[in-house]
Amino acid sequence: MSEGDTLLYLDGVTVSFDGFKALNALSLTLEEGEMRAMVGPNGAGKTTMMDVITGKTRPDSGKVVFGKDTDLTRLDEPAIASLGIGRKFQKPTVFEPHTVWDNLLLALAGDRGARFTLFARETPEEKRRIESILETTRLTDQRKRRSADLSHGQKQWLEIGMLLAQEPKLLLVDEPVAGMTDAETEQTAVLLREINKTRSVVVVEHDMAFVRALGVKVTVLHEGSVLSEGSLDFVSEDPKVIEVYLGR
Amino acid sequence: MKLDRTSFITLIAVMGAALVLALLNQMTAAASAAHVPTYVIALAGKYLCFAMLALAVDLVWGFAGILSLGHAAFFALGGYAMGMYLMRQIGTRGVYGNPNLPDFMVFLGWKALPWYWTGFEWFGFAILMAMLVPAVLAGVFGWLAFRSRVTGVYLSIITQALTYALLLAFFRNDMGFGGNNGMTDFKDILGFNVQADSTRSALLVISAVVLCGQFLLARFVVDSRFGKILIAVRDTESRTRFLGYRPESYKLVVWVLSAIMAGIGGALYVPQVGIINPSEFAPGNSIEAVIWVAVGGRGTLVGAILGAIIVNFGKTWFTGALPEVWLYALGAMFIFVTLFLPRGVMGLVRTSAPKEPEPETPAVAAAHEVTG
Repeated sequence: MSEGDTLLYLDGVTVSFDGFKALNALSLTLEEGEMRAMVGPNGAGKTTMMDVITGKTRPDSGKVVFGKDTDLTRLDEPAIASLGIGRKFQKPTVFEPHTVWDNLLLALAGDRGARFTLFARETPEEKRRIESILETTRLTDQRKRRSADLSHGQKQWLEIGMLLAQEPKLLLVDEPVAGMTDAETEQTAVLLREINKTRSVVVVEHDMAFVRALGVKVTVLHEGSVLSEGSLDFVSEDPKVIEVYLGR
Repeated sequence: MKLDRTSFITLIAVMGAALVLALLNQMTAAASAAHVPTYVIALAGKYLCFAMLALAVDLVWGFAGILSLGHAAFFALGGYAMGMYLMRQIGTRGVYGNPNLPDFMVFLGWKALPWYWTGFEWFGFAILMAMLVPAVLAGVFGWLAFRSRVTGVYLSIITQALTYALLLAFFRNDMGFGGNNGMTDFKDILGFNVQADSTRSALLVISAVVLCGQFLLARFVVDSRFGKILIAVRDTESRTRFLGYRPESYKLVVWVLSAIMAGIGGALYVPQVGIINPSEFAPGNSIEAVIWVAVGGRGTLVGAILGAIIVNFGKTWFTGALPEVWLYALGAMFIFVTLFLPRGVMGLVRTSAPKEPEPETPAVAAAHEVTG
């Protein structure tokens, strides 16, 4: 697959919870190597969209295709993760009792079977990969700390590092800079751009300064479907977007 | 596998205590002040079997977050397998002198041994069944429950229902397991008299060896990468799925292993207490096993052994001195531990031990490499 090919394709995806349509015929195309920012008010369906892509929620109707022809709606979470779709949650979710190192070790791409992990030993190759991720995420000094003891920002980075360790083709990142300091936010933007050099990324974010710093195509969601799409300047001039945001 | 100091001390203490008790029972005269009476030997052996059950509970509860309120069922099933072997060893020495049928079957007017008693005259077969029956039951139960993502309180309630259902089933005479009287009046195990002091001492030492083996196995499992994933599943199950792991298969493996461990505990328990009956399936027994683990310290393995021994020692003492107070004491102990010692007795050990060294920074690590 090369740059420009379609990596992820959502067509007419609808999800309803007790009659409420969280996603309403949502259609979206993401290209190989692209980074996309998703914005939208609360309840616009951003998290539900991620749930659908990662197999947590099954859509009532619509198609979700990954790569050439993999139908994601038929697969469950571990199967989709193994295909190469990684997800970072809104709230940093790391394995708190484990050290930073062990968190990355568990996330490293490899055999996920119980028979393997029962007897698995850390290989030099695994060590090398963990060390390189520690460097990328600026966590080298923290590698022996319990991840529960990390600062909020460090946990967010660790989780991004775990995503990298999975070596996914596509990263779904849900509000990575919520609760971060300005300096951390800036570093995170640099980190995501760095990651985007080799992988496709979808970022859900409320922080407009951050979205601007990413400098990528923006999709605005509203009531479960796409309201507007284009550069940040384009969508913020779009009358439909202004209406939704200003509540006219 | 590297063994930490606490684990090492525990192994030495369990083996040492069992050997000393057995030797003092065997090598000293009954009148001697150093003599350990046989009832103490049987009691100690019983505690060690309970410790195996506690270890099994800690493995699933402490490391996989599966709060089983029915684990004594696996223990009792292992016990029944051994009981069936011991019944077959009685032979013509039963009250009715029937060479093939245990007394309770003769009493019920049965003419032939039911098919499922086949093979239980062989010790090896009985031991195999003591592991296989709990494993299969746990396998089927776990496969259904974990695949359907049943967790938390719901799972606990189903495990409780499981042991209660077995309790009711084993109470029935036509099940062919001795009804509410169960099985007792055992004579021989592998040709040795089960009542003899020497057999009891040997069983105590064997129990200690098996307990240590189970402990090492459990340690190996929780220290492996598998164990780290298990802890991850315990704390944030959904996250492990998005990393590509299947929590249900991890839970199933540890659940079945735990059931086997409990089954072995039950198999060793029966010859030492001399009886197995349906009351071993009583829901209260499983809950008590959870209390042992909570008292000792959940998720520490050592704590499970410690808790089982401490609580059962307390039970023996109380039921001798103040029998009507025991249940209140047990309840009070559970509340006290929950409120003040959330990490159990092991929490005390940990906090009094010197603090762990500060995490090394690269500079310090480099300095260590140079000097070391």
